Amino acid sequence: MVGSRRLLIKNGVVVVYVVLSVLRWRSHRILRCFDRMASALASVALSAPFARGVPLPENPMVQRIGAGKIHDNRLFKGKAFRRVSMAVSVNVSRFDGVTMAPPDPILGVSEAFRADTSDLKLNLGVGAYRTEELQPYVLNVVEKAEKLMLERGENKEYLPIEGLAAFNKVTAELLFGADNPVIQEGRVATIQGLSGTGSLRLAAAFIQRYFSDAKALISSPTWGNHKNIFNDARVPWSEYRYYDPRTVGLDFDGMVADIKAAPDGSFVLLHGCAHNPTGIDPTPDQWEKIADVIQEKNHIPFFDVAYQGFASGSLDADAYSVRLFVRRGFELLVAQSYSKNLGLYAERIGAINVVCSSPDAGTRVKSQLKRLARPMYSNPPVHGARIVANVVGDPNLFNEWKQEMELMAGRIKNVRQRLYENLSQKDESGKDWSFVLKQIGMFSYTGLNKVQSEHMMDKWHIYMTKDGRISLAGLSLSKCEYLADAIIDSFHNLFTAALLVSKLVRPSKVNV
Amino acid sequence: MGDANMRAELGSPGRRLGTLARHLGVDYSPASSSLMASHNASEIVTPSPTAGSYGGSVFTNVAQAPEDPILGVTVAYNNDPSPVKVNLGVGAYRTEEGKPLVLNVVRRAEQLLVNDPSRVKEYLPITGLADFNKLSAKLIFGADSPAIQENRVATVQCLSGTGSLRVGGEFLARHHHERTIYIPQPTWGNHPKVFTLAGLSVKTYRYYDPTTRGLNFRGLLEDLSMAPHGAIVLLHACAHNPTGVDPTLDQWEQIRLLMRSRGLLPFFDSAYQGFASGNLEADAQSVRMFVADGGECLTAQSYAKNMGLYGERVGALSIVCKSADVAVKVESQLKLVIRPMYSNPPIHGASIVATVLKDGEMYQEWTIELKAMAERIISMRQQLFDALRTRGTAGDWSHIIKQIGMFTFTGLNREQVTFMTKEYHIYMTSDGRISMAGLSSKTVPHLADAIHAAVSRIK
Repeated sequence: MVGSRRLLIKNGVVVVYVVLSVLRWRSHRILRCFDRMASALASVALSAPFARGVPLPENPMVQRIGAGKIHDNRLFKGKAFRRVSMAVSVNVSRFDGVTMAPPDPILGVSEAFRADTSDLKLNLGVGAYRTEELQPYVLNVVEKAEKLMLERGENKEYLPIEGLAAFNKVTAELLFGADNPVIQEGRVATIQGLSGTGSLRLAAAFIQRYFSDAKALISSPTWGNHKNIFNDARVPWSEYRYYDPRTVGLDFDGMVADIKAAPDGSFVLLHGCAHNPTGIDPTPDQWEKIADVIQEKNHIPFFDVAYQGFASGSLDADAYSVRLFVRRGFELLVAQSYSKNLGLYAERIGAINVVCSSPDAGTRVKSQLKRLARPMYSNPPVHGARIVANVVGDPNLFNEWKQEMELMAGRIKNVRQRLYENLSQKDESGKDWSFVLKQIGMFSYTGLNKVQSEHMMDKWHIYMTKDGRISLAGLSLSKCEYLADAIIDSFHNLFTAALLVSKLVRPSKVNV
Repeated sequence: MGDANMRAELGSPGRRLGTLARHLGVDYSPASSSLMASHNASEIVTPSPTAGSYGGSVFTNVAQAPEDPILGVTVAYNNDPSPVKVNLGVGAYRTEEGKPLVLNVVRRAEQLLVNDPSRVKEYLPITGLADFNKLSAKLIFGADSPAIQENRVATVQCLSGTGSLRVGGEFLARHHHERTIYIPQPTWGNHPKVFTLAGLSVKTYRYYDPTTRGLNFRGLLEDLSMAPHGAIVLLHACAHNPTGVDPTLDQWEQIRLLMRSRGLLPFFDSAYQGFASGNLEADAQSVRMFVADGGECLTAQSYAKNMGLYGERVGALSIVCKSADVAVKVESQLKLVIRPMYSNPPIHGASIVATVLKDGEMYQEWTIELKAMAERIISMRQQLFDALRTRGTAGDWSHIIKQIGMFTFTGLNREQVTFMTKEYHIYMTSDGRISMAGLSSKTVPHLADAIHAAVSRIK
């Protein structure tokens, strides 16, 4: 009677120990607590006469996964415990605590589009240029450059950490103008970077290291990845007002007020042209006033230039804002990308430029940027850099490129015009759709909200991001009418419901 | 200018004080710039050469970084006018004529790609080219690897070895409970920086024994047994850089047993598969042993050397997980590391690799070219060893032929190296490492002379 009760107790203890051991491996955070509980129970069980204190050799196939220290080998000497430990540890992963990351919001749109079987479907989520036939486009000058490179049979040696010298030279000249004093005086530090993202990331890492008190100011809204970049680089950020939903235009007063309210010496992230996602750019006058307040606050301008030449069709016109600030004597940063204007999306080619007050400062800054690049990827990829150097550095190819760029920008302007006409003609409410023409670049903020954007997808099979952004690059002239119908329908018929819903949504302004 | 100097010294605390002073309406003493003196907000600010605080540069506090030690060797070499100079610094393969080499099979692949009318330059997915990822995993783990068959491997295309190590390190810093990584002593100069910036704390384990110029196996085992449970351990899959000293298969087995019993997480750096011995399977043995026991590990793969794609930055990070479920989640988290770093990887190099690996005939041609490179290096080792023996150079130089891969740890000290650079125009890193890939039959005698002189005259 007594013996069987003892057996029951011991088995009960074993079961509890097993359960705790399983829980232990499943949860790292409460490990220590369970560890102590488990060992306490184990020693209770072991003290019973049934335990066999025979030392067993450790099975090398059994992985001790989990952070708990195995304090005492005696824990595993009982036969029962050995079986238990094998059964529990075999299929446990040290990455069990890893949760599924949320899907990228923009890519999710493309996936949904692919899954849609309707003939009417239209993908306006894509951030890459499409022809009128809605096909991807490789520029003629790029194909020519690649053939040239192949004929020359160049080697594939490591580039220096700062990238291809010829590329850096033409890139800075393209952005600032070859005759710009900052270039003539050697005051620009240029490092080849992994397109816009990589260049922004290097700059952010540099800010974190040398301006650890400073924060970044980003527009509300801005490209979704800007926040991720600053977060991962551990640069605190806050937002300045930018988009005014009432006018579907720029909230200029809000923008200036917020930049003014920020602590001195902040890094103000500005879109050089073709603001993403809104398509709304300040006027030259407004740029001057923005420069005034930045100067007053000793802020540092930080430009993201992803669409030079692609916005208006003119490389010089699209560099206006950057060159204005340079002319006014600012030290500033510019992240540049060739993804769109040379269609080199997948080659990851861009640059980070830092305009400094002296050549000496430029040399020092460049050396520190290199120091950040080396432990990230050692040196940048050569292929895209050579394409750019060949196109931008050759007068014939450069001219041909300008023509192709005018065609791309021209096609987008044409669809904007057609869309505007269709909207104005078909919409009987008298709503002012001219913002479609005033906005510039690949993207437009339609003014549609989340509910309305979803309606576009559900009823009309038109895929766009939920913030109301459409990509004009993914629109053909032949589809403008259909799009106009869809927008008018979504805007008017869901207006009331949408208004209520939109009041419930409050975007956050400041990060952790 | 006195003011500018003072401002330069003040730096960041000075700027904060200056801001405070402005808010209080107090005239801060060294500040005589127009910006500081203007308390009246409506006054138009006079443009200055920069808009940085105090009229100086915003970048005043940015110091000049030292030149990278390894890459600095090539810089010095390039500046040397001597006709007999030899560059044994950077680890890039050179032909017998001392020229860089683009593999024939790589040129063929590029031809195919450039002439393919259906080729586009659209963004790759964040994880890279899917074909490339699958083929890379098969290359390192073996096509029949259970880990692959069971979908337990998460593979992402990264920027060569460095990029794969960095992405892997960042992932571990965020998701692994033990954030310490143990790296061998010595190791590639960039390893500590990569892992530190990734957010891991870096410790070392003994590896090289200068007295034997071989592996300090006992020290290695001792140090790893003292590592905290769950710590990450960096292992060079083959052709250890910089020493060229690899464990034997027997020793690998012992390392594996020890690591598994202590729950240490292996992180392989595989930069020379096929390049070390000439055989792709042989050079992957260490990695495959660990995968075969069913355990988890990380592997950073590079195609810089074995496919000569240095400047294209092609590589892959693979994480072998316990289950397919975990692998899916791990991959989703790797994307969150990559997206804010560079969004998605470059296409060109990965396309070349995929083209070669998936075509049976091109793959064969690759293995032949790879073998030729490895054999040329092995023959340089033999020639150098023979040359030193002929000269009767003091000391045991057998480590030159025992060590494997691109590099040899000669055992020469700093002073001897400096001497060799100055008198014989031999460029190498100050730790005594030489790149065998930079040698040719013509330059071996010159190097042997240099070593002989250095060893005789400097102790």
